[in-house]
Amino acid sequence: MDEAQKPYTEGPMHSTAPVIDPGLTFASVTDKISSIVLKRKTSLAWFFGFAISFALFQLMMLAITNLLFVGIGVWGVNVPVAWGIDILNFVWWIGIGHAGTLISAILLLLRQRWRTSINRFAEAMTLFAVAQAGMYPIFHLGRPWLMYWLFPYPNTMGIWPQFRSPLMWDVFAVSTYATVSAMFWFVGLIPDFATLRDRARSKPFQILYGMLAMGWRGSARHWHRYEMAYLLLAGLATPLVLSVHTIVSFDFAVGIIPGWHATIFPPYFVAGAIYAGFAMVLLLTIPLRRFYGLEGFITMRHMHNMAKVMLATGLIVGYGYMMEAFFGWYSGNKYERFMIWNRMHGPYSLYYWALILCNIITPQFLWSKKIRSNLLALWIISFIVSIGMWLERFVIVVTSLHRDYLPSSWGMYQPTVWDWSMFIGTIGFFFTLLFLFIRFLPMISIFEMRTILPEAEVEE
Amino acid sequence: MDREDVKLEQPLAAGGPTLAHRRHAPPLYGVMAEFENPTDLVAAARRVYSLGYRRINGYSPYPIEELSEAIGFTHTSLPLIVFIGGVIGGLSGFFMQYWIEVINYPLNVGGKPFNSWPAFIPITFEMTVLFAAFSAVLGMLVLNKLPQPYHPVFNAPNFALATRDRFFLAIEANDPKFNHAEVVELLKSLDALEVNDVEV
Repeated sequence: MDEAQKPYTEGPMHSTAPVIDPGLTFASVTDKISSIVLKRKTSLAWFFGFAISFALFQLMMLAITNLLFVGIGVWGVNVPVAWGIDILNFVWWIGIGHAGTLISAILLLLRQRWRTSINRFAEAMTLFAVAQAGMYPIFHLGRPWLMYWLFPYPNTMGIWPQFRSPLMWDVFAVSTYATVSAMFWFVGLIPDFATLRDRARSKPFQILYGMLAMGWRGSARHWHRYEMAYLLLAGLATPLVLSVHTIVSFDFAVGIIPGWHATIFPPYFVAGAIYAGFAMVLLLTIPLRRFYGLEGFITMRHMHNMAKVMLATGLIVGYGYMMEAFFGWYSGNKYERFMIWNRMHGPYSLYYWALILCNIITPQFLWSKKIRSNLLALWIISFIVSIGMWLERFVIVVTSLHRDYLPSSWGMYQPTVWDWSMFIGTIGFFFTLLFLFIRFLPMISIFEMRTILPEAEVEE
Repeated sequence: MDREDVKLEQPLAAGGPTLAHRRHAPPLYGVMAEFENPTDLVAAARRVYSLGYRRINGYSPYPIEELSEAIGFTHTSLPLIVFIGGVIGGLSGFFMQYWIEVINYPLNVGGKPFNSWPAFIPITFEMTVLFAAFSAVLGMLVLNKLPQPYHPVFNAPNFALATRDRFFLAIEANDPKFNHAEVVELLKSLDALEVNDVEV
């Protein structure tokens, strides 16, 4: 048995905390996670949280209805700032999604077995975040009911989409990402559906989970192919997730707007996505593990590791900001120099400095082990980072557009109440989906948790 | 395709010739032994395999690498299927763009050549991943013959625990070496908690 396969209970690297409570067994892991879905009484807090999220979700429906009735003018976007917080929110949401794929695919390939207890939840977060992200470009089209024109299909007009445009790349990247994430998530759920099917006591749930399990019976031959399929999907999702945010950054970098046309954009966007995503995972798992008593599964090891990933990606993002400023100066191009000066001293300078405070200064606290061990501090830092990443996209989108080459076409941008309704509404929709997920599906992968138990080893 | 396996999982036709002594009983799928831990299961599977039984299968609540080796199932054509799916996706992704932008609907964009292939790479890549991922998921389901709502092994007592903390080994009745009495005797000698007949 090689080092990587040993159950993570001790070792010099893992001196902080075990990756799973050593007292757990196959039976207790199964019963504990499945009982959240099957037995536990739905708490009042769940209904309360769901009600708030659902109400905000209705705000989104209202915002969309208004947009469809009146037109895109209800948003604050106009020339020169034709991309406002709606495109910003698209980038923000899709970035959040990336941590889920990172945890489920990249950490699987790197044999980071601590990922096991958070991957299911993180994948769900990915899926729900991508669902929010996908709405923005569609409703931004102006005539969203014609969105199918984006897809290449033979039509009576005899025209085709323009594949040299990054916006077309985006269509393919985001729809592929959503599809592959959904498949990866569903495949991961199949054995757990079988577990729920066999544990459920009421007929409707037996039938529901039975249909979703598709007759899974844990056959050794099935497991063999299943593991192969899972590994291959992870191998495919890894370059995919990097490509998606690269292509999102191309939406900007291929344009000739000052501050966008930079080669640093792809890696800087990918790092920012992982940064924002881990912040969101922490933001959600810290209250969740407390509320559902999952401390034995999601241990302090996970918190420390996620905080470290956040710190590392935060430093990469910080490097990105420095290089942006450096390139602006070193280019010798007066428009680039003005863009950087305008970001730091122009009308939106407050956003820029708030961004530096949130994204560069705040994560520095994570160097301290004491702060990483303090869940409240960690939660607050994650919250600040989430805001910081939103500000980053605001700075990129708005400050570059509002003052480009011609002073005669300069302008200011102000999001309207409908922009904010849409944003708050998508947060509501995201949490609505998340609440339904934790109520009806196992939020921790049960079968994968079994594999990291000490008793899972075959003794020779 | 996994030919061998297709044969292996075929349930026995009613009243097979080896079951003369069970003429009045319902047709038999096989004999199922229940184990408490993975170590016993893998040891039993190895022993059964070494005695020449081939239509055997293990059932466990999580993937056990040693188990599929022990029952002699180590090859799957899934990677090949995924590779072919990816190649088809990549080629169709690229040539869809080529056909549209060069042959069917050529437009001069900023003086770029009609076949501006570097601009076609992102979509080519996405289509490669999309087709390969579909091949992986659908290939896995098809090779595993899922969805399959009914299967005889679900009749085995305690089989609901195969998704919790129990481990099972089945010797199927269509194994050429299958002899009911011998198989029951063999499985009982292998630290099994229980040995039961499984009906089709």
